[in-house]
Amino acid sequence: MQYPVSITVNGVPRKHPVEARLLLVHYLRETLGLTGTNVGCDTSQCGSCTVLLDGKAVKSCTVLTVQADGAKITTIEGLAKNGKLHPLQDAFWAKHGLQCGFCTPGMILTACDLLAKNPKPTDAEIRHGLDGNLCRCTGYQNIVAAVREGAARMAKA
Amino acid sequence: MAANAFGAAIKRREDPRLLTGQARYTDDFTLPGMAHLAVVRSPYAHARIKGISTKKAAAMKGVLGVFTGRDMKDAGFGGIPCAWVVPGSDTKTPAYPPIAIDLVRYAGNAVAIVVATDRYLARDAAEAVEVDYAPLPVVTDAEKATAKGQPQLHAEAPGNQCFHWKVSGGDVEAAFRSADVVVKERIINQRLIPNAMEPRAALAQYMSGAGELTLWVTSQNPHIVRFLLSLDTGIPENKIRVIAPEVGGGFGSKIPHYPEDAMVVFASKTLGCPVKWTETRSENYRSTIHGRDHIQDVEMAAKKDGTIVGLRAKVWANLGAYLSTASTGIPTILHGLMLSGAYEIKNIHEDVYGVFTNTTPTDAYRGAGRPEATFMVERLVDLVAQKLKMDPVEIRKKNFIPPFTDGHPVATGLVYDSGNYIGALEKALQMLDYPGLRRKQVERRKKGELVGVGFSTYAEICGLGPSQVAGAVGFGGGLWESAIVRFHPSGKVNVFVGISPHGQGEETTFAQIVSSELGVPVEDVEIFHGDTAQTPMGWGSYGSRSTPVGSGALMGAIGKIKEKARIVTAHLLEAAVEDIDYEDGKFFVKGAPAKSKTIQDVALMANVAWNYPSGLEPGLEASAFFDPSNFVYPFGTHIAVVRVDAETGEIKLERYVAVDDCGRVINPMIVEGQIHGGIVQGIGQALWEGAAYDENGQLLTGSMMDYVVPKADGFPVFELGMTETPTKVNPLGVKGIGETGTIASTPAIYNAVMDALAPLGVGKIDMPLTPERVWRAIRSAKPGK
Repeated sequence: MQYPVSITVNGVPRKHPVEARLLLVHYLRETLGLTGTNVGCDTSQCGSCTVLLDGKAVKSCTVLTVQADGAKITTIEGLAKNGKLHPLQDAFWAKHGLQCGFCTPGMILTACDLLAKNPKPTDAEIRHGLDGNLCRCTGYQNIVAAVREGAARMAKA
Repeated sequence: MAANAFGAAIKRREDPRLLTGQARYTDDFTLPGMAHLAVVRSPYAHARIKGISTKKAAAMKGVLGVFTGRDMKDAGFGGIPCAWVVPGSDTKTPAYPPIAIDLVRYAGNAVAIVVATDRYLARDAAEAVEVDYAPLPVVTDAEKATAKGQPQLHAEAPGNQCFHWKVSGGDVEAAFRSADVVVKERIINQRLIPNAMEPRAALAQYMSGAGELTLWVTSQNPHIVRFLLSLDTGIPENKIRVIAPEVGGGFGSKIPHYPEDAMVVFASKTLGCPVKWTETRSENYRSTIHGRDHIQDVEMAAKKDGTIVGLRAKVWANLGAYLSTASTGIPTILHGLMLSGAYEIKNIHEDVYGVFTNTTPTDAYRGAGRPEATFMVERLVDLVAQKLKMDPVEIRKKNFIPPFTDGHPVATGLVYDSGNYIGALEKALQMLDYPGLRRKQVERRKKGELVGVGFSTYAEICGLGPSQVAGAVGFGGGLWESAIVRFHPSGKVNVFVGISPHGQGEETTFAQIVSSELGVPVEDVEIFHGDTAQTPMGWGSYGSRSTPVGSGALMGAIGKIKEKARIVTAHLLEAAVEDIDYEDGKFFVKGAPAKSKTIQDVALMANVAWNYPSGLEPGLEASAFFDPSNFVYPFGTHIAVVRVDAETGEIKLERYVAVDDCGRVINPMIVEGQIHGGIVQGIGQALWEGAAYDENGQLLTGSMMDYVVPKADGFPVFELGMTETPTKVNPLGVKGIGETGTIASTPAIYNAVMDALAPLGVGKIDMPLTPERVWRAIRSAKPGK
């Protein structure tokens, strides 16, 4: 049984018939070919698959595609505009906030959500806000610095 | 300025693709006609397979084939080879079939595979494969497994003993007889799950017409995978192309050649289509290697003045159910040979028993053997200090190997390359204000606070390594590295390397080396790695070897480029070759720098060869191989300051000071990043991480819900310092920094917690130091003990 869905992904309206059980992350990765969103676990712990659903960070491995019907999704591919990196992407680069890069898309999108709610977070608030996203490479110190830097850049923009 | 690229904290060149989602990890690849493979795994840790019925699964929607271990065997696929057999240890290497035949030996052991047109359908069908098991008794503890009457895993390994390996130096018996004090400890260096954020994946495309295989795989060493794959698949090595595309972390867990690599090759060959397998995280916890898992009985002997005279240890190393690629080398060569640490311990003896158990195979996990050695030594040094009522700093200073620059032999037979252990310690103490901190500790203790300071003054072995030594210690390959430097007519450069970085940033640091050596802007250099069809043979990225060994090869190739550039310049400037000098990106006649040629000028002329020395080969390209004369031995001091909440057992990290010495630093930003990540992984072992099995061999910590991977919360800002003691082992004087943080931080944290709890008389808690364990220890403590 297939269900029709209409989802706007990175500003582009998409329509597909999908199976009820198709996870949003597989819809993004395999139906749309947007492989920037990664799958790091199967229990909603790691946050690698985080995307923005109507502006809110969600773990796309725990959302059914049919649940996203009518929603606006932003993935990592949709952050840079006209070839210019989003201030958070730029800040992660400047502060060495990534190593293997696998957790990075989810980390950045979670940070987007965090800064939308709290544009000037303290370091403790950043650390708490990133608790749903795991990174095994960086030890988080430079990720925290990157989010702080991203917040400063977004405030200026 | 190109000449200044060495030592500069420049931004990483690999980041833009990673930041924008353009990077391609193995699971991101889709090929025309590609099928998906799912693995049926045993729920039992030890059982006889009485029968497998694949009929129901085979008839399901989208299913292309269901196969068992026997099918693979009948198709000529052999066992997974063990690539490290430690000599002088009577190592048993039982068969490791990629899919179990007759017997399963751990929960997660593959029993069948299903290939279907779709990821979901493959999983559906995997659940429909019916396996009839006759469960057998189970043993998961390495020491227990060697006792009489325990379940036996492999007929050729009686008592489940894979090997008994020994290391000896000096006269340990005499040392212990002469000692004033002896301390003993049983240390459980617990089993850890690596948790690279990218799960493993493998995609095989076998082209029967040409007999060629391409395998995309999450690997730290594609050339080794190709070599081993040629052994178990029978496909000639020169017909195999292994590509490690973007790799999302490894930490050792992506060194091995795994059964699933062979499974996708078998499926692709059998079904005539590309086949991909991607593991789930829950699958990863059972089927990707684990690390550590030592039971250690250790004794240290010392004189009244604190001079350590001997170390004696007996270790049971849990190897799991089968031998993974490098598993026997980890608790022996990479552990036992490092028992002198940073100290002059003249008499050392260790017996290591490698033991098979009904658990997931173990292999290299960040630090690999050295954390198990460093924890042992650093903990015992503290226990001796405690017994003699000495300050942990004082005893370390008393026993340090004095500064050396040109090799220092230790009792285990190794010769350390260079070190200044006291230098790193002094710097760390200064950063900490040690006397001030101890004064405050006294005041806070009076108020009832449990605060502690812990030290780890480590030395480790990495930069693996000289190939002759690799051969002598039973490693089934070489450990040299390779590089090709290719200049294009436009002066832009491609570099092809045998190492296979996966987050460590060598695309940046190697470009910095080329830039500073040849006067090319960093942006003009592209580094290629991870594809056996593109890059020269090399042994890969592990053991913190990419930079110390890989840069040696790169420097060799750069040297050849410079030599050729001199000849071309001499021709262009009508001078003798021996009169050509090089400085800051320019080749010129000695004493006449005004008339010069840049490397870009030379590259153009060498590539078009219009006005060119007769007899000289055109082109500006050089390849080099580098085999180091020794390992490298980074070192440093890590100090942790902690507070323990007596009511809850919770540990708060107040400060963390780390001074590391990795020789000359190419990019300090990248070095610091490596240290940060390493520290957190080591703290994870001290405080939270630990794989647990129940008595039936079920992994209780089977998902990220049950196994604690450190989160962003709860860490102080790490205070980093560096000292710089170059090595003579490689041309640039660099040492590896990928593992030091993990090696150093576990004992620093542990020693700090024990210092905090010392007034209560708590002297030992097994890791991880979870609030519950700490709370229980506090409750059952006998003050004044």
